[in-house]
Amino acid sequence: MTEEEKRIQFQQRIDAGEKIEPLDWMPDDYKQTLFRQISQHAHSEIIGMQPEGNWLLRAPSLRAKKILMAKIQDEAGHGLYLYSAAETFGIDRSEMIAMLHSGKAKYSSIFNYPALTWADMGAIGWLVDGAAIVNQTMLAKCSYGPYARAMVRICKEEGFHQRQGYEIIAKMASGTPAQKEMAQDALNRWWEPSLMMFGPHDADSPHTQNSMKWKIKVESNDTLRQRFIDRTVEQAHHIGLTIPDKNLKYNKETMHWEISPINWDEFWNVVKGNGPCNHQRLNHHKKYHQEGQWVRDCARAFEEKQMKESNAVKSN
Amino acid sequence: MSKDNQLSQWEVFMQTKNGGPFEHQGSLHAADKKMALQNARDLYSRRKEGRSIWVVPTECIVASTKEMEEEFFDPANDKIYRTPNFYKMPQGTKNL
Ligand SMILES: [Fe+2]
Ligand SMILES: [Fe+2]
Repeated sequence: MTEEEKRIQFQQRIDAGEKIEPLDWMPDDYKQTLFRQISQHAHSEIIGMQPEGNWLLRAPSLRAKKILMAKIQDEAGHGLYLYSAAETFGIDRSEMIAMLHSGKAKYSSIFNYPALTWADMGAIGWLVDGAAIVNQTMLAKCSYGPYARAMVRICKEEGFHQRQGYEIIAKMASGTPAQKEMAQDALNRWWEPSLMMFGPHDADSPHTQNSMKWKIKVESNDTLRQRFIDRTVEQAHHIGLTIPDKNLKYNKETMHWEISPINWDEFWNVVKGNGPCNHQRLNHHKKYHQEGQWVRDCARAFEEKQMKESNAVKSN
Repeated sequence: MSKDNQLSQWEVFMQTKNGGPFEHQGSLHAADKKMALQNARDLYSRRKEGRSIWVVPTECIVASTKEMEEEFFDPANDKIYRTPNFYKMPQGTKNL
């Protein structure tokens, strides 16, 4: 079969709703697009532990601390499921980490913002995990089997993440005036970065067309962003908080909430590495990765020793 | 030993309820059997999803490919007499 025939057959499988598995033939650009997307998704889960880890030792109660710890553990799990999915393209995990460290691979820009107060733990769960749920529910229908399966597992766990965040925010919003102000301040700071999590507008997103043709994505950035806006605006109003957008209005005809234009200069600036925490996040990851090297080396040495011993037993 | 290593890859199978099948969950990295089992518990069963786990080195898995699918599974296509609905029962037959 020629390359062209293979491509046609591949597209027919996609159109028929079949899932593609690692050993199946697939076009190189499909593979590259997915590898980039999955590995960056994995890095995002791992880097995303940092803003929350920052509050672990300052959680206001044992209950809050246990919950935060469980959530951060889940995020580590999400990172590992996704690294495994990316590894199905035959690229070693240490290579992916090297790409992260060299800046060749990115992670979601949302994690380049600082978590300044306890209310941010609420805002992150509610908004950041909330946006991630909208995106990941769509990705669970992705054409690449390993990615779709990882997403199904992740989506099951995310429900708790968003609810615990909303609980924190709702509690603060109904607390003292100072607590309510803190909740509002967190919403003010996280609102627009959360909207940017869905990526550029469809018209400015060069990858969208191919991704949709291949069913890597089955809905566009703008569709997903609107779904998030509609859900979140109502959740904010429900607990007496104000969306920080003077132009926010409900369109009765489309039945959608409309917002001001998004500040994309800010978005690209953070993507390029100039956000408030880009250096801190990456340096932290490098530092702990390097400091953990001896642990991995010991584990490997122990494994080798055990293999030698069991081989010695076998040959006796 | 300065080269970064991410340990060996393992596949995880988990039984979710008593008597049920062991189903593939995903993979992980670990240095040995014990670590693989513990990591599998931490990674795939943080909410009592499992009650028993198998871990298998990934290199021990033998897999068929999409290219093999046709010739590998086709021989069963013309053998529908292997299924109960192939057979015509006399009208009114019960419990069969
Ligand atoms: Fe996550
Ligand atoms: Fe999450």
